[in-house]
Amino acid sequence: MRATDVVKRFGEREALRGVSFEAGPGELVAIIGPNGAGKTTLLSILAGISSPDEGGVEAPDGAVGWVPQQAALYRRLTVEENLLLFARLEEHEDPAAAVGEMLELTGLQERRGEIVARLSGGNQQRINIAIGLLSRPAVLLLDEPSVGLDPRQRARLWEFVSGLAGRGTTVIFSTHDIQEAERYGGRVLVLADGESLFDGSAEELRRAVRGEAPESADRDFETAFVAYLQHRGH
Amino acid sequence: MGGVRWLLLKDLQILRRSPLQAVLLIAYPILIAVLAGFAISRGPEDPRIAFVNEVPPNTRIDVGGAELPKANVKEQICARVECVFVGDRAEALEKVESGDVLAALVLPADLVNKINSLSTLTPGVPEVEILVNEENALKAELVDDRITTLLAEANLRIARRIGNEGGRYLGLIVNGGRFEVLGETIPILGLQASARILETVTPALPPRLRPSLEEVTEFASQARDNLDVAKPLIDRLAQPIAVDKVVVGGESPPLEIFAIAVAATLTLAFVVVLLVAGSLALEREENAFPRLTRGLVSSSGLLAEKVLLGVAIGLIVTLLMLLGMKVFVPLELGRIGYWLLAIVVAAAALGAAGAALGAAAREVRAVSLLAFMVTLPIAFLSLVPSGAVGAGAFDAIRYLTALFPFKPALEAIQAALDASGSGIGGPLLHLAVLFVAYALIARLALRRFASV
Repeated sequence: MRATDVVKRFGEREALRGVSFEAGPGELVAIIGPNGAGKTTLLSILAGISSPDEGGVEAPDGAVGWVPQQAALYRRLTVEENLLLFARLEEHEDPAAAVGEMLELTGLQERRGEIVARLSGGNQQRINIAIGLLSRPAVLLLDEPSVGLDPRQRARLWEFVSGLAGRGTTVIFSTHDIQEAERYGGRVLVLADGESLFDGSAEELRRAVRGEAPESADRDFETAFVAYLQHRGH
Repeated sequence: MGGVRWLLLKDLQILRRSPLQAVLLIAYPILIAVLAGFAISRGPEDPRIAFVNEVPPNTRIDVGGAELPKANVKEQICARVECVFVGDRAEALEKVESGDVLAALVLPADLVNKINSLSTLTPGVPEVEILVNEENALKAELVDDRITTLLAEANLRIARRIGNEGGRYLGLIVNGGRFEVLGETIPILGLQASARILETVTPALPPRLRPSLEEVTEFASQARDNLDVAKPLIDRLAQPIAVDKVVVGGESPPLEIFAIAVAATLTLAFVVVLLVAGSLALEREENAFPRLTRGLVSSSGLLAEKVLLGVAIGLIVTLLMLLGMKVFVPLELGRIGYWLLAIVVAAAALGAAGAALGAAAREVRAVSLLAFMVTLPIAFLSLVPSGAVGAGAFDAIRYLTALFPFKPALEAIQAALDASGSGIGGPLLHLAVLFVAYALIARLALRRFASV
């Protein structure tokens, strides 16, 4: 997936100022940045929910799966009913088989008949992701997927997402959890005030900080990241 | 279209999954509708009036010494109000003060004597007494209106009786006959016979007396002719202005049909508007809208699905309600085609309006409140008849209610139920125009829906 000089304006405010990046098959790209950096705006443009004012997005053949920050599913339906509805809307040839596959992938076979509202936030998020995967996308976009999850749920979520990337799916996710970005993101894209400040691995970001603020570089990744932003006036 | 089918199934599953909500959604509008229909179909209750008759029994109204036939004033009054017969004024006063009765009507002992004095040289003023507890303005006005009307009717009946008796006496004077007084029968010759006798005897009189007698004969003839005219005049005095009611338009259906149409339309409006607005807002509340409109279903398709859901549920509920009503009121089943047409078109327009409302708020609760806040006043304003408010206010109400599908829906359902009523074409056209307008508004509002 490739984004080239993407600009997005909301009235007078520029939410994205010429952001460019690309991600290949099996890559896990973390988009990080402070609040209002433009992370969700960039993901919604990549997902095709909103269109850029300038620049463009090239998506690979095959659908782009999108998993919004807040679970987009029907809480009064069961796990299976939700998956079946979206499988039918995706016009799967065999919706029941697709549902079975997703239940297996999410490990929710035994809870297939439960009303979603009664599931934990972590399990709801797994269904949310499973719905995003129903179209068998080449690229999966996740907007802050671990928000509201406890550590154990988060660990299970990342295990699941890493498995997808391992099978060749391009995964692009935004997060506020910098440690999570370091741990699971093969690459990190740093956005601040709509600008793309950095695109590389977590280790490359540390190296960049080491040259500018050595006292912060070898502490935790979050401290290095904050120092990086401060050094650039953010 | 396949997507619409699955979304429809999903909404029905959600409704089935929330039985309390579904029951409330359907039962509450029906309850409102039945109550409104009940209130409209029943006239005001007869007010309870304490009745004290202090007039001695067997006292009759007489004119010039002759008794009039009974005017049955008491029976007339008690046919129009619920009479509570009490013994005396004190008891009546107690009942009025306690609120047991709305008012008391006291016929004093000298009432008939005073009425009888009207035909004497020293007429009295017959009076009745009304005891009222004006604890609130509505009650006071109701009593004033009812009692004034009843007394006006009683006065009219007495005046007619007097007029009839006066006319009978005039008839005796003109045509002659027998007159009963103090148990004796007095023959009255009458002007007509007098003139005839005079005409017979005139030729036998000496010529010098004839002119005078001819003048008397002439007077008798003139008096007879003029008194013939006087009788209808006396009759008219009792009710000088006659009422000739001409219906100039707005053929009204029977009250029970109108009440059923109101109840059905209220049910349909609440079910459809709440359901469509709520289910559309639910897509937003569940964050599903962007996911759905990312190519799974178009915004227009989503709107169509919601309106279809409203039409289907609204049709079932309203039809069942009408069929239930049929047990109590004779509705023509032969017009069921018109019922279906009216309900479907009305539901579609109401559904489009519901969709426009549903696109205006993020949460189902807020949308439900908004739907109630819009639908309820519009429904009640649509029931305001012309003449009930000032001309300017009525024009404003007319224009306002024309912008919402409730009134044309009521007119369409009324026309569908009542074959003798006005045509169904106009209201259906009105509904079609509103459907298009609200569908466009809803479609535009969905753009905002997507962007938030």
